[in-house]
Amino acid sequence: MRVAIGVALAVWTCLGAGAQTASAPETANERANVSRIRDRINRHPPRADRKLRPYNVTIPNTTISYSMVPVPSGEFTMGAGENDPTRSKDEQPRHKVRVDAFWMQAHEVTWDEYLLFMFANQGGEISHKDEVVDAVSRPTLPYVEMSFGMGLNGFPAISMTQHAANKYAEWLSARTGEFYRLPTEAEWEYACRAGAATQYSFGADSSKLGDYAWYSGNSQGKYHEVATKTPNAWGLYDMQGNVMEWTLDQYAPYETGARVNPWIKATKPYPHAVRGGSWNDPANMLRCSARVPSDPSWKQQDPQLPKSIWYHTDAQWLGFRLVRPAKVPSAEEMYRYWNSGLEHEYQ
Amino acid sequence: MNDFSRDSERRKFLKDAGALGAAIATGFPAIISAQTVTNAIKVGLVGCGGRGTGAASQALQADDYTELTAVADIDQSQVDQCLELLKRNPKIAARVKTEPTRQFLGLDAYQKLIESGIDVVLLATPPGFRPLHLAACVAANKHIFCEKPISTDAPGVRSVLETAGKAKTKNLSLVSGFCWRYSNMIQEAFQQVGDGAIGKLVAYYATYYTNPVKPMPPDSTRPAGMSDVEWQIRNWYNFVWLCGDSIVEQAIHSADKIAWAMHDQPPVSCVGVGGRVIPSEGGNIYDHFEINYIYPNGMRAFLANRQITGCYNETSDYMLGAEGTCTLGRGPVPRIEGKTNWNFTGQRYDMFQREHDVLFAAVRKNQPVNDGTRMATSTMLGIMGRMAAYTGQQITWEQALNSQEKLFPDNLDWGGKLEMRPRAQPGVTKFA
Repeated sequence: MRVAIGVALAVWTCLGAGAQTASAPETANERANVSRIRDRINRHPPRADRKLRPYNVTIPNTTISYSMVPVPSGEFTMGAGENDPTRSKDEQPRHKVRVDAFWMQAHEVTWDEYLLFMFANQGGEISHKDEVVDAVSRPTLPYVEMSFGMGLNGFPAISMTQHAANKYAEWLSARTGEFYRLPTEAEWEYACRAGAATQYSFGADSSKLGDYAWYSGNSQGKYHEVATKTPNAWGLYDMQGNVMEWTLDQYAPYETGARVNPWIKATKPYPHAVRGGSWNDPANMLRCSARVPSDPSWKQQDPQLPKSIWYHTDAQWLGFRLVRPAKVPSAEEMYRYWNSGLEHEYQ
Repeated sequence: MNDFSRDSERRKFLKDAGALGAAIATGFPAIISAQTVTNAIKVGLVGCGGRGTGAASQALQADDYTELTAVADIDQSQVDQCLELLKRNPKIAARVKTEPTRQFLGLDAYQKLIESGIDVVLLATPPGFRPLHLAACVAANKHIFCEKPISTDAPGVRSVLETAGKAKTKNLSLVSGFCWRYSNMIQEAFQQVGDGAIGKLVAYYATYYTNPVKPMPPDSTRPAGMSDVEWQIRNWYNFVWLCGDSIVEQAIHSADKIAWAMHDQPPVSCVGVGGRVIPSEGGNIYDHFEINYIYPNGMRAFLANRQITGCYNETSDYMLGAEGTCTLGRGPVPRIEGKTNWNFTGQRYDMFQREHDVLFAAVRKNQPVNDGTRMATSTMLGIMGRMAAYTGQQITWEQALNSQEKLFPDNLDWGGKLEMRPRAQPGVTKFA
């Protein structure tokens, strides 16, 4: 029994934050469940020979849906150009990157979608018992209201850790039978640019940013409903602004030389690469190449040790969206995408 | 604006301590000499739960020459987890010096810890114990970090006021865990309001609508032979004598901000409603309160809290002025709208770390800080509201502060019997 004496609860706490790293049986259970999810996905894998098309998904046993937009395979130049006066050192050197095809969620994951994952029994789990879905670990009950009054229906979900976003991807994969994960940093920038080599996906003129994005210049101090601005050339909304978006990668300096499907696998909890800028940022942070490192201060309001592995209560401008690669990966790869093993921190 | 940077604070007092260090350091590499000089501050932690562990981590990061040399709790597994977590942080691991002989267990563990040759005590047990622990720390001339709230009843508050006075006389530092007072972001918002940004303050409305904290487990899970006292302490959040109820243990942060806005002057009186609508497995706390306070100049403060799953949740503060509103907790930064439009744009510092930076700098410089009176007043505000809700009566500040109702039992015995007071019933429960 976990005893409770000594816990003087302050402003922010979660029930049972959980201190332990995954035990061997837990890891074995997780691997087994990933295999079961993969079997489910392989019953209807995407047809590799077919041209990717946009489509809609309704989360089974709910009325909540989202759109998937195809992103063709291709090559692009990652990072900021010499002609970008607001570039930061971490956006260089520019380098060629090739990425395989995938679909990407047209808009940031909304509270409508994310709350199904956060709170059990809101998505028809009782009438449609599903052991595979139930075996995916889910967030602890949040103590405070997590939108902080900025809006729920149609608004982007915020303040989740990268671990929480990874687990959402696993949960959604189990629910839908389609493989989802966070985009790599390269995939994210490739999709954001949508073929553009300029600072922004619409060009270099930041005076037009208000047509495409919510940022500090027009947000009035809060996030906005997703997909209310003009999308980029590939039909993706709010890649720039509204909320920053998690990627899979550790935040690290770029190396010189071309890359194919790069993924900088994380070896420590911080920093991870976050992209796109937010309602809280000035225009230059919304540039396609701008990078933000995740930081322990994003959990500053959590007074307890261990800190919650699910919430960055102080990152009220942080969200995510998922990709669905055209090629279904192996079970081992799936396990790696959904389990960073770095969710616990001790500082 | 003040510079709240941790590093600059640390540099400042290291400079102050530098003369001593340099004198002793002759001939030795600086870092070793610093470790071998006798000016390490020895810290003891009472209450090794999540908050206590967090506080110990912050204490060790506030000053490079602090050492955690003793811990106290009721449960060895809690001690073990606390120390394991602290040792996983490479910045502080080497300064966690708590041999098994310096790990104290039981209801008198705090006393053994105090007598173990430490300088600073971190108090992070359930709040019912606080008056007793504080008095013992000050009697033994210890500096203190004291988590909020500081009591669950009025006799306890009066005891803490007396203890705080003694601490002042003895030049001891006493820093309170009412953390928002140490947030530079919230400080700046209060500064704006104080400077007239919303005109004359008319009312303060605070919400603390959250999910439940630590629901009571069913009685069937109580191990055979476990005493009433142990069972209640292990489930402390559900018993008024230990936690003070949600308005005293949780929404007390909002009560503290109300007190801040009212310049820590007490209200005249309050009325309130409260009750429990979701059946619990035991314990005697409510799951909702709403309290209305009136102040000498006619200002009102409204404090509402609820801990029920599936309801509208909100934790915010609205300072309503004659010429504008200051809002805290809607979005990430404070906002003022009206006569002046303002929102916080600076860098925010970690308020929990700041509490310890201030405490240890004060100890190093021998310039005591004492939050004692203020933390007692803020806690009393919550207790007064609870009294109004429990009895259904209008309660004045004088009545509340002089209440003879002692919730914390005398001569607490770990294996002892303890009758639980029935849950209060407005109109039936009498003010005492």
